[in-house]
Amino acid sequence: MSNLLNISSSPHVRDKSSTKSIMWDVFLALMPATIFGICNFGIKAAVLIVTCVVTAVLSEYIWQKAMKLPLTVSDGSAALTGLLLALNLSSTFPVWMAVIGSVFAIIIVKQLFGGLGQNFMNPALGARCFLMVSFAGQMTSFTYDGVTGATPLAMIKQGDDSTRLVDMFLGTIGGTIGETCTLALLLGAAYLLVRKVITWTIPVCYIVTFAVFALIFGGHGFDITYLAKELCGGGLMLGAFFMATDYVTSPITPRGQIVFGILLGVLTGVFRIFGASAEGVSYAIIICNLLVPLIERVTIPVPFGKEGIKDGK
Amino acid sequence: MSEGTFRGGVHPYEGKELSSDLPIKAVTPKGDMVFPMSQHIGAPATPIVNKGDKVLVGQKIGEASGFISANICSSVSGTVKAVEPRMLLNGSMATCVVIENDGNYTGIEGLGEDRDYTKLTGDEIREIVKEAGIVGMGGAGFPTNVKLAPKEPDKIDFILVNGAECEPYLTSDYRQMLECPEEIVGGLKVMLKLFDKAKGLICIEDNKPEAIAKMETAVANESRIEVKVLKTKYPQGGERTLISAATGRKIYSAKLPADAGCIVDNISTVIAIYRAVCKRTPLITRVMTLTGDAFKRPVNVNVRLGCSHVELVEEGEGFKQEPAKIISGGPMMGFAMFDLNVPVTKTSSSILAMTQDEVAENEPTPCIRCGRCVSACPGNLVPQKMAVAATNNNYDEFVNLNGMECYECGSCTYACPAKRPLTQTFKQARQYVMAQRRKK
Repeated sequence: MSNLLNISSSPHVRDKSSTKSIMWDVFLALMPATIFGICNFGIKAAVLIVTCVVTAVLSEYIWQKAMKLPLTVSDGSAALTGLLLALNLSSTFPVWMAVIGSVFAIIIVKQLFGGLGQNFMNPALGARCFLMVSFAGQMTSFTYDGVTGATPLAMIKQGDDSTRLVDMFLGTIGGTIGETCTLALLLGAAYLLVRKVITWTIPVCYIVTFAVFALIFGGHGFDITYLAKELCGGGLMLGAFFMATDYVTSPITPRGQIVFGILLGVLTGVFRIFGASAEGVSYAIIICNLLVPLIERVTIPVPFGKEGIKDGK
Repeated sequence: MSEGTFRGGVHPYEGKELSSDLPIKAVTPKGDMVFPMSQHIGAPATPIVNKGDKVLVGQKIGEASGFISANICSSVSGTVKAVEPRMLLNGSMATCVVIENDGNYTGIEGLGEDRDYTKLTGDEIREIVKEAGIVGMGGAGFPTNVKLAPKEPDKIDFILVNGAECEPYLTSDYRQMLECPEEIVGGLKVMLKLFDKAKGLICIEDNKPEAIAKMETAVANESRIEVKVLKTKYPQGGERTLISAATGRKIYSAKLPADAGCIVDNISTVIAIYRAVCKRTPLITRVMTLTGDAFKRPVNVNVRLGCSHVELVEEGEGFKQEPAKIISGGPMMGFAMFDLNVPVTKTSSSILAMTQDEVAENEPTPCIRCGRCVSACPGNLVPQKMAVAATNNNYDEFVNLNGMECYECGSCTYACPAKRPLTQTFKQARQYVMAQRRKK
């Protein structure tokens, strides 16, 4: 054999999936909620979504160009961050503020910490909280069918139980663009579970813990309708399936994911029931993101065959 | 009976259909035969022939030089042309006995004659296995006679015959199960004679229904032997995963299979034991799969050890397309060859010629912490964190993260969507840590 052959250390084969395919799977899974959001809130929602996605992708592109880094915008992670941020905004949110939010998400939360895989909190949620602090009024003003009013979740907190559960499930209510339709979100979540992009651990632990917490401390006793409304309302479904499961900012250890889910459920319950606002998902996820290194440290799995053996002897 | 399995693992493309239906074909080598003195784990054998000596088929040409070492026997008759360093498959040099094949295949006295194993004592059987130069033919090359002499023979409850063949593409064990089941059962019976209490389990993955049926028929009248069906998943044929799936017992790095009351041997090794004990034939041949999409005609072959890979490739009628990569062994743990001009050894299980090099085609991208490596790891480790520790040269952290429990199966690297070279990192880190430990 005259020419030299390629050599490398084993293994010599690779799975077909890639970072890009995973990102686009999540993007696709968000499409039902996105399309519903546009139908529900109209052209304004579409403008916000496009703005956020384009700004996020451009921010990453310009940053990487300026810093002479390899261009990675085609992996879809920036576009996904933009989409998630848009879905977390009210349809009446000013476009220029959304631009600021997208830039903040990509540059401050993601790139300044080292880019893809290095950010310590979910960029979209980081930006949402940043916008919440900066533009509280615009962030919490929700208009539905031309009427500006409180979200159903806030109404429940004030003791007004008039919103129908079926409306909350189908999403024909006020709220952020992507959070209202539980059905669309569950469709997307099912796709991610089937494609094995996410596992059930974090969302199920999160939702079950929150449900138990709400039953005990919610002050409504064992009221299934109240519970169902708490689950469908606000950002819980969007958060549990699409943001708490963000790979970079959730624990990688199996037991850590259970701890993370339970912690999220408790914090969301505390914020929603005892806090000033009716919402709590974003802050719960952000706080738990910060706890991930600690959670991982104490949940390193026991290696195969060493179960029940102390000090590894 | 429920199918045995384990947590973790991956499902790579199997590729076995390329060669699974092709009968084993005997190869008659023409060129010089090269016998490396080091084709097993442990001390290299000492050559006991000199240039100009006449040798016969089955004649011992290398003598085991320590407790963990193995004899080497000639697979042809002819004249010793040289005893000199030659290159091995992994690129290293080792002393080799080079024999000019006279093409007559004149055997030593008694070669191939029947022998009744029931009249032999355990020690005699172990001695025959040792003389025959039998080592684990699945890839590790551990001397089999040492394996058959555990410290506490009474505690051996199971002899596992590893027919999982979980590596993609390989079909040599599968073909042997179809073509010579009686030799496998025969070899297992010899081993069972050494351990009165033990039960023989022939472990086969459920993607080989014909082999399962064949082996079940072959053991129908054997009270001490059973066929154990395992779920198809890589690395089912790994020692630790196999023991756990077949018996429910678990071992880790510091334990031997014998600590779990098990002895594990691969299909080819068990056949080698049968031939050595019952047919007076030392280990001089092995079955290999020549496969991959670059071969014109994939084939399963019975090869005389020492034959050059160049000659073997011609058995597959050469390549239809220039291969991008040639691997000795399976794609998950096999060794990429840079030159074919090296001899077949006891542990060469295949020549896998691929037209595409998936490693070169997939540039690593940043880790997104998706956790697929954690789900894939059969050792219950956290490859993502181990890789961070290892690349930062933080070996204490690597060890704390149980990095030394890794047995480099490659599942994490296979599963990684960011195409990161995890296993490769661990190999280096583990070698470094082991070297440091030896220094102490």
